[in-house]
Amino acid sequence: MNSIHDMGGMHGFGQIEPEHDEPVFHAPWEGRVMALYRAVGFLQLWSIDGARAMIESLPPATYLGASYYAKWLMGLEKNLERTGMVSAGELEAGRALRPPETPPRPMTVADVANLQRGDFERPAAAPPRFKPGERVRTLNLHPMTHTRLPRYARDKEGRIEAVRGCHVFPDTAAIGAGEHPQWLYTVVFSSRALWGAEADPTLRVSIEAFEPYLAPA
Amino acid sequence: MDHDHEHRDGKPGHSEPGGIQARVRALETILTEKGLVDPRALDRIVDAFETKIGPRNGARIVARAWSDPEFEVRLLADATEAANSMGFSSPVGAHLIAVENTPETHNLVVCTLCSCYPWEVLGLPPVWYKSAPYRSRAVMEPRAVLAEFGVALPPDTQIRVWDSTAETRFLVVPMRPPGTQGWSEERLADLVTRDSMIGTGLAKSP
Repeated sequence: MNSIHDMGGMHGFGQIEPEHDEPVFHAPWEGRVMALYRAVGFLQLWSIDGARAMIESLPPATYLGASYYAKWLMGLEKNLERTGMVSAGELEAGRALRPPETPPRPMTVADVANLQRGDFERPAAAPPRFKPGERVRTLNLHPMTHTRLPRYARDKEGRIEAVRGCHVFPDTAAIGAGEHPQWLYTVVFSSRALWGAEADPTLRVSIEAFEPYLAPA
Repeated sequence: MDHDHEHRDGKPGHSEPGGIQARVRALETILTEKGLVDPRALDRIVDAFETKIGPRNGARIVARAWSDPEFEVRLLADATEAANSMGFSSPVGAHLIAVENTPETHNLVVCTLCSCYPWEVLGLPPVWYKSAPYRSRAVMEPRAVLAEFGVALPPDTQIRVWDSTAETRFLVVPMRPPGTQGWSEERLADLVTRDSMIGTGLAKSP
């Protein structure tokens, strides 16, 4: 989806403002949202890309206007509603109006001790199509749905630097169309290929690109 | 509500949706009543990120890599395995990749699409890492970005920006500062800042 979340190379957002001695959370509700996100994620009602896709589908003005954890809250509410786990009436009322039909097992204190990021690597159906050192061109893709190929790196020539294994394909996982594991590559681009003749010649940029994003150069 | 960090830039539209605290409390209540979350587990998650999982973990990894060449080789080959050999209270998940700064090349990590960040070794990302200015500019004008962090690299240093567009996660191993020969890992770790492991900073000099 060509939305506001895809920010690489945009102009006009101004200076970066590092905060001295930044707290982990700026208000207690931020911590609760982060924890809710992890605890609901544990239920595996949708994929990590399903969560990202919901945030990306916020209207651009909402996306830019809301703080980080406010966006997480909105994405969480929308996905819970979409999957029928929570109704709009319940969000309005602030309490449960009916029990879930078959409640999944919630994350417990004991689970938190072993809290670990998911492993997204999967067995491969075929060997990787590309090898390190090969030249590739990213496709000129503009799906209406979730993708992890950023706009600034579409239809650009680069070089395969590393093969990172075969991973869950975000483009299908995000829309509930299955994991369809794909080979993942680090693809490196010259600054000139991405940003033209005026680009910083000392810069190279890499993305992590799934095989369906790539064609031989 | 303390949200000055979102307002400091003075841009319009950075206000929170009304009553966000109440909204979060409502969602937690609903999910708890439905048996979908356990508030004690939520407390524990918040506590883990406030007290246990943070950049000190990453700093210990870097300090060991500086001290132990065998560990450095392992770290660059498979950072998840190397990190887990250090016995942190919380395990490090798959696909951590360590990239090493050298006199020739400086590495910088960004996630232009969202906020991907190696939580388990650096904790939760700072607000600036998730902000539009950093996400938009890091891949295009990293020297200008670094200047805003007070970092000026030599003009011929190559800059490599890693855009975290998949579930791989990147940890920058900064260069060891001179004048630290014979230092213990513990002492070295004090020189390794969070920003130096993202690439927006350098390790502190003794």
